[in-house]
Amino acid sequence: MKTIVGLEIHVQLATTTKLFCGCSTDYRDDEPNTHCCPVCLGLPGALPRLNKRAVEYGLRVAKALDMKVPEESEFARKNYFYPDLPKAYQITQYDKPLAVEGTVEIEDDEGHEKIVRITRVHLEEDPGRLVHVAGGSKYSLVDYNRSGIPLLEIVTEPDMRSPQEARRFLNKLRTVLEYLGVFDGDREGALRVDANISLEGSERVEVKNISSYKGVEKALTFEVTRQKNLLRRGQKVTRETRHFMEGRGITSSARGKEEEHDYRYFPEPDLRPLRVAGWVAEIDLPELPVARKNRFMAQFGISLNHARTLTGDPKLADFYEEIAHVDPVLAATWVADTLLGELNYRDMSIAAVPADRIAELLELLKEETITDAAGVQVLREMLDACARGRPCERPVAIVEREGLARATGGEFTQIVQAVIAANPQAVEDYRTGKKGALNFLVGQVMKETRGRADPRELGRIVSECLEIGGV
Amino acid sequence: MAGTLEFSPDDRYNAFITTCSTAPFSDGTLAGIAVAVKDNISTAGIETTCGSKILESYVPPYDAYVVGLLRKAGAAIVGKTNMDEFGMGTTTETSAFGPTKNPADPSRVPGGSSGGSAAAVAADLVPMALGTDTGGSIRCPAAFCGIVGLKPTYGRVSRYGLIAYANSLEQIGPMARTVEDASRLMSVIAKYDPRDSTMLDRPYDHRPSADIAGLRIGIPEEYFGEGVDPRVAETVRNAIAVLEGLGAETVTVSIPGMRHALAAYYVICTSEASSNLARFDGVRYGPAVDTRKTWHEAYQDLREEKFGTEVRRRVMLGTFALSAGYAGRYYAKAQVARRNIMQDFERALRDADIIAGPTMPTVAFRLGEKTDPLSMYLSDILTVPANLAGIPAISVPCGRIDGLPVGLQLMGRQFEDERVVDAAYAYEQEVRA
Repeated sequence: MKTIVGLEIHVQLATTTKLFCGCSTDYRDDEPNTHCCPVCLGLPGALPRLNKRAVEYGLRVAKALDMKVPEESEFARKNYFYPDLPKAYQITQYDKPLAVEGTVEIEDDEGHEKIVRITRVHLEEDPGRLVHVAGGSKYSLVDYNRSGIPLLEIVTEPDMRSPQEARRFLNKLRTVLEYLGVFDGDREGALRVDANISLEGSERVEVKNISSYKGVEKALTFEVTRQKNLLRRGQKVTRETRHFMEGRGITSSARGKEEEHDYRYFPEPDLRPLRVAGWVAEIDLPELPVARKNRFMAQFGISLNHARTLTGDPKLADFYEEIAHVDPVLAATWVADTLLGELNYRDMSIAAVPADRIAELLELLKEETITDAAGVQVLREMLDACARGRPCERPVAIVEREGLARATGGEFTQIVQAVIAANPQAVEDYRTGKKGALNFLVGQVMKETRGRADPRELGRIVSECLEIGGV
Repeated sequence: MAGTLEFSPDDRYNAFITTCSTAPFSDGTLAGIAVAVKDNISTAGIETTCGSKILESYVPPYDAYVVGLLRKAGAAIVGKTNMDEFGMGTTTETSAFGPTKNPADPSRVPGGSSGGSAAAVAADLVPMALGTDTGGSIRCPAAFCGIVGLKPTYGRVSRYGLIAYANSLEQIGPMARTVEDASRLMSVIAKYDPRDSTMLDRPYDHRPSADIAGLRIGIPEEYFGEGVDPRVAETVRNAIAVLEGLGAETVTVSIPGMRHALAAYYVICTSEASSNLARFDGVRYGPAVDTRKTWHEAYQDLREEKFGTEVRRRVMLGTFALSAGYAGRYYAKAQVARRNIMQDFERALRDADIIAGPTMPTVAFRLGEKTDPLSMYLSDILTVPANLAGIPAISVPCGRIDGLPVGLQLMGRQFEDERVVDAAYAYEQEVRA
């Protein structure tokens, strides 16, 4: 049974001012209703004035996704009552969107390249936000700081065949948007998705307002199971809108009729039609992920996997380029394999990591001043400091303070001999040819020396000591 | 020169909703001149109600662009004038604050919807006032009260701060006792404002000239036909003859699209109004909603209670005209009719420099006379075409019938407001002399 998925993605464009007024978009740490003016509050008489930068951002996306930009596009009013919508209509685009017919290339579930077609992209304003006071208050509060933030809605054809493909599509799209400099994925609520999902031959279900990348895959996986179970029990899938309950990982039916709006769209009389097709030629696209990945492999001689990982986030790729001069392959390994994992563990952004410190660390590793194991320790110390907002010490200082400088094997002979003495069984096993015994003994020595020695060198010393025997 | 103007008018005609007993003013071309402002134009710190209970107590935190220009030019803003609720009417009787009476005959309506502004000027309470014109709301009361009123070209005066009724049709414009004063006020308010995206940067800065020799005046038959009081038609024809005496020529033109003008107008203005007025929900300003009810119910009850009958009728008509399955039959068709009318005027204004006709088909009605909405709508037939076409149109007094004023309407090409002002000025100077 084929799964069919199509997505509508709303992304907040990273402009500095709102779509139709001069209010700042940087509201996340501020008091409610402090980034507002007559326009975004919908006060009587206020008129929208289109933010040119938002249009340019939309066109950048259109160009990057290889879309057609019609000669004329138009804003329209979508009319509905809701307390977070101050004009009781949203200014959006309806039958004349900014751009149509584009493509995004992703990997399908078999690892082959496939095309997801983009139906259209259009500009619209974000509504305000209802705030429900904890403790079951009888009223809700409204915060209009978000009202008028520019959104780009990106609509795909139903070209994805699994929740995993949908996730890969979103990752790819996010990367492209970040490369274009039009989107900041770190902002809370900067991306919201409505997902349409059906099993071939059955009705389609729309899951609304999923607000995270992981949420999309989870919601769709839940829906596939739910719909398959319905069909297995001989029931039908009803065409409906469902809400995703992030906390519980399930979807639930949105009470039907109330949701069926007649939005009474009509052209926004306060704005002129947009004639911006001519702007597209002027747009210089930055190097996009695929091009950058290929360049990284050619220029730095790193593996496809490393190149792919490093270019998956423009900030990460920039970071890598800043430190690659030390040793491109060593840098790629450390950033892609070690640093990323440590960041994920701490839920940290690469933006919080000082590149010069990591470059210094790489120097120490390259000169073999410290071992890989000690390098990881130094890295963790630095990241912990950054995560707590403390100044990040120089790696050299940490090495000194913690006594992590690489030691030569001779220094450890005593410890080696003590470990051998304390583990007669392992020594016996080694003598009878069990390979694992050597590793065990080396590990014990590593533990005693806190990673200050190179494991291979240590292995040589341990086996020498064992061979010399006598012990 | 800057100072404060004391203002305590004898408002026996109920021209004002709000008056300012002391109005500060500064230096400028209008220094110290009392100007009244229609109550749908936002004035910082002065209650702005649109003649509606739903905005009672609403004090805008900002000035409309034109109000800022008035202040900068030194005008003293002395009050907010009465109007049909949200501009929806032709008599000022739909105001929630009681009807305005016509100073020319207090048993008559002043016309609408800018009836308060017209009455304030006609009663000599102020020399000039701002009105707004969506389908004749400046010109109709100007004609009924015997003053001058100009509806500018669409896009010539900023709508920023004008509380919208029908965005694609309406303009703020000057009302005054003389063409010269109307032109002076127009010179102050017609400046480019980038916040109104429907504007073009075509400021008006003009001193009227009475030289109209060689001006070609188009006479559309549709403006003198069925429904037009023959005495009004005759008065207007005589006025046109005066212009001919000044060296103008007349040519016959035709606006066949007029047949659908009223229908198109009422579909478009009610559609836009249904959306514009949806924001009045009692959440952010105006009388508050009853928070004990569910929000849907609270909105519904508040709007039913605070909007008048005519407003509710037009909101419902507009909601219907835009609804799925009907928008194609109504809204889309009205746009086609509108384009036809625009083309008709373009064609007519190739053969003629301006077009002349009566402003209103009759003289002012008696208070309470028009009880059914349809006959009221029909009286807008001669004014709505200029709004649909976006062209400038002026009404200038051209005589009286039984003591009641008649208006001569002159319409011109887009952004040729100066030309209609000159023709009106020439007429005015000639009959005054």
